[in-house]
Amino acid sequence: MNGSRVMGRDFAHRLLRNRLAAAGGAVILFFFLVSALPGLFASHEPNRIDIVNILRPPSAAHPLGTDDLGRDVLARVVHGARVSLKVGFVAVGIATALGLLVGLLSGFYGGWVDAVLMRFVDMMLCFPTFFLILSVIAFLEPSIWNIMAVIGLTGWMGVARLVRAETLSIKERDFVAAARAQGAGDARIIFRHVLPNTLAPILVAATLGVAGAILTESALSFLGIGVQPPTPSWGNILTAGKDNIEYAWWLSLFPGLAILVTVLGYNLLGEGIRDAADPRLKGR
Amino acid sequence: MLRYIARRLLLTVPLLVGISLISFLMMHMAPGGPIGAGTDMNPKATAESRARLQAYYGLDQPLHVQYGRWLGRMATLDFGDSFSPDGRPVAEKIKERIPITLTINVLSMGLIFLVAVPVGVYSAVRRGSLFDRISTVAVFTGFAIPTFWLALLMMILFGVKLGWLPISGISSMDFDSLGTLGKIADRGRHLVLPVLLAGFGGLAGMSRYMRSNMLEVIRQDYIATARAKGLPERTVVFRHAMRNALLPVITILGLSVPDLLGGSVIFETIFAIPGMGQLFYQGVMSRDYPLIMGILTIGAFLTLLGNLLADVGYALADPRIRQG
Repeated sequence: MNGSRVMGRDFAHRLLRNRLAAAGGAVILFFFLVSALPGLFASHEPNRIDIVNILRPPSAAHPLGTDDLGRDVLARVVHGARVSLKVGFVAVGIATALGLLVGLLSGFYGGWVDAVLMRFVDMMLCFPTFFLILSVIAFLEPSIWNIMAVIGLTGWMGVARLVRAETLSIKERDFVAAARAQGAGDARIIFRHVLPNTLAPILVAATLGVAGAILTESALSFLGIGVQPPTPSWGNILTAGKDNIEYAWWLSLFPGLAILVTVLGYNLLGEGIRDAADPRLKGR
Repeated sequence: MLRYIARRLLLTVPLLVGISLISFLMMHMAPGGPIGAGTDMNPKATAESRARLQAYYGLDQPLHVQYGRWLGRMATLDFGDSFSPDGRPVAEKIKERIPITLTINVLSMGLIFLVAVPVGVYSAVRRGSLFDRISTVAVFTGFAIPTFWLALLMMILFGVKLGWLPISGISSMDFDSLGTLGKIADRGRHLVLPVLLAGFGGLAGMSRYMRSNMLEVIRQDYIATARAKGLPERTVVFRHAMRNALLPVITILGLSVPDLLGGSVIFETIFAIPGMGQLFYQGVMSRDYPLIMGILTIGAFLTLLGNLLADVGYALADPRIRQG
């Protein structure tokens, strides 16, 4: 068990030495801070309407300008960070939990369990994900909770396939046979021996998944079927940007930059974790 | 080869059944059932007229009978009538809208291929060079840019500030008065931004993929052999390495169908293009369930077709696959 601790330290060391991954991590930490303490970054209220100052370009009073209701864009972008973060983490949490469950069961038990679950995965993958998400939302009310659930429930198939493949190879290893010889039951083998060994690829998939979920949420909110106004989200600020595209470039530029930087951060960190966990894959 | 195709076709049958089952179940989970949305809002709908509608659509039958009928209707691409005021058959509405969506997506696939392959090959051959590093940064940025945001920025730049390109629709107001050449030019100008944006998402992924394929192939023994024979580097790269690295790209093009279709909802909505994506968006906004399920099903068919073409194309190009 000393070995695993040394490996863990090695892993952290490699991750921190990767400058891009560290930059990604810093961006993520920054946005965590923004979501936790929005008041520190924006002095205005995100929903305070000020009809005297509508569509004002960036100025000292409003560093990122104001929107079509005179609301401070900086305040809305800052408060929107929390929405993106929440959607990203909850959606990926759902997708990862489901994918883990399906992948572990499928890989460990094989046979008809595997056949049924994997054919179901194949079927789900036939539907264009964005179509599927939109269809389900048409049946429900668009709300932040529904969005998170739908993104999570339509995004677990990749994780399931990944976990299944890992499980298939891990369950043939000697330490699993040893655990079985000592009388360990299926549940113990799955959770104590197989699961921990699938964590690195899952962590990579989850980190990249947060980026994907944030992009999807912003696209849905942009189309008006995601997070509903007045709750600010980066996507629905951009809707106002589109409506005022001929007069107010700042409404379009800044929320999009926030999405870009955040998503880039998660992608860089995800790639960094992959390289650190398996240095052989570096640069691919 | 024929046997391979036959086997591959056989494999799609259970998937088709699965698709139909999932869409059937989704339709039944709709609030108020398949006819609820059509009648709930209508004050004139009485319990009796609802029962008549139920019987008309066969909703009083047991589920498996209903599913059998649904399957039969789907086989003939009959998705019922739209809930929208015009009440036209869903299949007809989709048929009008599909050509423009497919045109844009095929053009953008061509664009992806033309740009991503050279970029990927050059990055791999000159690994670690300035070009490779710049393209790597570009790829990462490309993965992170929301397409709809890029669309807005391009509309601001090329449409509003520079005034070079139209930002809405697929033809100008005076389209009908233009000559043939003028019509082609006008349509072309309208399609530039949509095609660029539809392809953008795939560009980053494809060039990254091409680069890693190339890196993989260059390490193979037969490349060393080709070099050892004294072949010029150009021949080694283009004749020996690139042709092999291109093979898996066929698969990726086929597999990118669902992403392209999903993306069409976004760019068709932004650019006001009357395609399937926009129709779908309108359906979602007005809760037109038959339309939604029709397009969802067609989307799944197209995805399946893309997978099939990818596999068959790959087998045609690579004998190892069809024997395996």
